[in-house]
Amino acid sequence: MAQKLEIFPVTRVEGHGKVTIYLNDAGEVEKTYFHVTQVRGFEKFCEGRVFWEMPVITQRACGICPVSHHLASAKATDKLLGVEIPPTAKKLRELMHMGQIVQSHSLHFFHLASPDLLFGMDADPKIRNVVGVVEKHPDLALRGVKLRKYGQEVIKILGGKRIHPRFAIPGGVSKGLSVEERDSLLKDIDWVISELKDTVKLIRNLAEEWGDKFRNFASFPSLYMGLVDEKGNLDLYHGKIRLCDYRGKIIDEFSEDNYLEKIGEWVEPWSYMKFPFYKDFGYPEGSYRVGPLGRINCCDDISTPLAKEELKIFRDMIGSRVAEGSLFYHYARMIEALHAAEKLKELLEDPDITGTELRAVSRDFNPEGVGVLEAPRGTLIHHYKINESGEIIKANLIVATVNNNNAMNKAVELVAKEYIKGPDVKEGFLNMVEVAIRCYDPCLSCATHALGKMPLEILIYDSEGNGLRKLVRDL
Amino acid sequence: MAKVKIASTWLECCSGCHMSLLDLDEKLVELLSKIEFDASPITDIKEFHPVDVGIVEGSVGNEEQLEVLKKIRENSKILIALGDCACFGGIPAMRNFFKKEDVLKRVYIETESTVNPKKTIPHVDVPELFPAVKPIDQFVKVDVYIPGCPPDPRAIEYALKELLEGRIPVIPTELLSYE
Repeated sequence: MAQKLEIFPVTRVEGHGKVTIYLNDAGEVEKTYFHVTQVRGFEKFCEGRVFWEMPVITQRACGICPVSHHLASAKATDKLLGVEIPPTAKKLRELMHMGQIVQSHSLHFFHLASPDLLFGMDADPKIRNVVGVVEKHPDLALRGVKLRKYGQEVIKILGGKRIHPRFAIPGGVSKGLSVEERDSLLKDIDWVISELKDTVKLIRNLAEEWGDKFRNFASFPSLYMGLVDEKGNLDLYHGKIRLCDYRGKIIDEFSEDNYLEKIGEWVEPWSYMKFPFYKDFGYPEGSYRVGPLGRINCCDDISTPLAKEELKIFRDMIGSRVAEGSLFYHYARMIEALHAAEKLKELLEDPDITGTELRAVSRDFNPEGVGVLEAPRGTLIHHYKINESGEIIKANLIVATVNNNNAMNKAVELVAKEYIKGPDVKEGFLNMVEVAIRCYDPCLSCATHALGKMPLEILIYDSEGNGLRKLVRDL
Repeated sequence: MAKVKIASTWLECCSGCHMSLLDLDEKLVELLSKIEFDASPITDIKEFHPVDVGIVEGSVGNEEQLEVLKKIRENSKILIALGDCACFGGIPAMRNFFKKEDVLKRVYIETESTVNPKKTIPHVDVPELFPAVKPIDQFVKVDVYIPGCPPDPRAIEYALKELLEGRIPVIPTELLSYE
């Protein structure tokens, strides 16, 4: 009789999810599902609100990278006003975004992912968490705490608070950066850059030590997506959306204004999270991966010197333009964090950054506006339609994590098929399934913006669909 | 002295209140010598065990969340409602102005980028939505409220330190925020 395994909730990811694994009569893995079990309905309940509230409301989709929603939303509202915002406002928004990349990538690496990498995927769950890292590797844990703190302070100085700041407004920003504030941020930036450089080295060493185990873990070909600047360099804030294939060949490049022609979202009955795909290739063939690895695979190069050097080392190590193993997400993530820190320094040293022209005004509305940027977890699109009074009549969001839905399902399937034989599964093997998901740093809070959040669980069912076993991992 | 055991969970919310807890930075590392986390999104402990303090972020919008809320209540001597969603419903309660069928229809059928020829609305292995999103004290007894979107990390620190001293915290006005 076939069976079903369940992991619930999936932990050390941000939000609510569960995994269901079906075994056939021979005890082999037949099907796997990564479900997101929450939906909130932002795309409905924003209707009727005035558009200038959107940067404040939509950031409540996520408390981990609220700044992504705050800024993508502001970009969409700039389009509603039909304005180009002043250079100082543009650079201040980007500064805030870089602060966020540093805090969010540090949070993920040190607080959520590092226990698997430092202690091993099948280590005792009692120590396999951030508290364990604090106890066994206090210096490293403290590094993570301080890096995150720096990123959060950038956000707080600009937006008044670390989480859900009020900063970006349609047409610009609400506050400038004083010389004193700038100097206080410049004081520690070299330390931040140097610590992140060391962290890239740490993950590189782990990748080398683990060898094929690292390289082949949840590895599969796919399309990749990310923003690039006009030269094809990695760009986390502006740019055109690029799609490339598993060899790194560019498939398409388009502006966010054309996203509806290019990207569709499929719906499956077993998850509240939708399944985006590239329309020319159809579903599921057009599924793609976003986030750090998507971006690193898509870009031709990186503009800042230290991250540029690290990208070269990364590509030399994998021996190709594109890395397919899911664990490389962690490596790519820290290269990006280093780039963001270098970019922070560049922006802080730019004389425009303490400018006082902060807002462009307009008396006319456009009926529609689309904003895009690269959130820590991937390409994020906000799209609004308004009436003559400026009330939202339609809102559509394609959120970073949602783009990786098919990839996470694929990663779960590959790992489950490789490591799970029969219903008596050791905790460590179940954790491997979660490790595969964690590579994508899924923010299920965001992903369930429409829906809700996700904890993760693994269920085992028989072929008639009767629940046999719920593998709720326990101590 | 034995460490104070804490469990935490997130329901209908954005995770921002848990992030505010992490925003204690080095102070959280210091607190870890006095507290021990049981089931929580940051550990791999998946089932609730009896603890001294339970922390709930988020409101209740579906049956799964209600089940989790009841479990953490049963296992906690003191239950904290952390943040505006848990205390009052928060932004997720904006859904209450609409029928849940209309919310699902908009999200899964009507949104501009959705391609859904069969008009599927997710229903397999996903919990059914309640018609309205409600704060947690509509379902269970709450001992301590810490509002804010999210609460200031200093308010969280104050509450935890008072609890460690065996007192039920009364958050000072200057640390409270209602948004």
